[in-house]
Amino acid sequence: MAAETRIDPMHQFQISPLAGNLDGSPFVFTNSALWMLIVMGLIWLFMMGGMKRQLVPGRWQMAVEGVTGFITSMLSVNVGPEGRKYVPWVFTIFMFILTANILGMMPFALIPGLHAFTVTSQFTVTGVMAIISFSIVLIVGFWKHGFHFFSLFVPSGTPFVLQIIIVPIEFISFLVRPFSLALRLFVAMIAGHILVEVFANFVVQGLNSGGVVGPAVSLLSFVFIMGVMALELLVCAIQAYVFALLTTLYINDAVNLH
Amino acid sequence: MDLEAAKVIGAGLAAIGVGAAAIGVGHVFGSFLESAIRNPAAADGQQGRLFIGFAAAELLGLIAFAVAMIILFVV
Repeated sequence: MAAETRIDPMHQFQISPLAGNLDGSPFVFTNSALWMLIVMGLIWLFMMGGMKRQLVPGRWQMAVEGVTGFITSMLSVNVGPEGRKYVPWVFTIFMFILTANILGMMPFALIPGLHAFTVTSQFTVTGVMAIISFSIVLIVGFWKHGFHFFSLFVPSGTPFVLQIIIVPIEFISFLVRPFSLALRLFVAMIAGHILVEVFANFVVQGLNSGGVVGPAVSLLSFVFIMGVMALELLVCAIQAYVFALLTTLYINDAVNLH
Repeated sequence: MDLEAAKVIGAGLAAIGVGAAAIGVGHVFGSFLESAIRNPAAADGQQGRLFIGFAAAELLGLIAFAVAMIILFVV
């Protein structure tokens, strides 16, 4: 058998500076920033294609209207008529997460030396989005209700004896919300990419080792990767939808207290 | 036992939690499918709650995965 080389699934998540080095100033243009610019460019292109404002919309405009209508209906169903104020933010995070996730799945590695970088696989990126969502919830909650906002932690109709236990639990689970939002998206992306990377390494190592078993393992791993990639595309869309839906529900908690 | 071996064993044990989350996620979707077949007209209205339940169950499994990763790469 050939020499053992360790499989390193974490290398694909490494942030590398494109100009300057990371020890210098904190403002370095990294590959993560480049991919975020690419995501922004794609979303911009998508929206510009739907801005023609034809009375009878063409296909591109229908697609753009479909996504905006989806987010608007999600907000009006879950928050009520006041939910329309939050459509820009929820639409932004939904489109950003969806585009970033799917861009990370694209086979750019077919071009030698290039590999797709998933922007949302960095906890800092998802953490910032979760912090902004949570800040919107806090600011809106305290602006609208003042200190009455704390009645969110007291479910209506609980006897006082249970309230002593329930209120701290509700408070802690409220504080965990931004952390859980960020962690869910970040780990889902990392787990999918690590799984695919490990089996891709099996494909290469199987082909490198001779005999019959090696290429057979390679073939099986390759078929497995194809199935996992299809599932991962579904997970990308689901995670984007779940982030937007949970943000909507948390905004509903802030706007209509119960 | 040295640290490397303990780390690998710890990560393997933490991955059992991911299997437990698989049961949870399967239960969520299974109940939804079972009741959707009984009442297909009402199924589409509950799709939002289906994904909320899925997200909650999946989160705990992903936390177990995050613990495995922390043991392997951070400790």
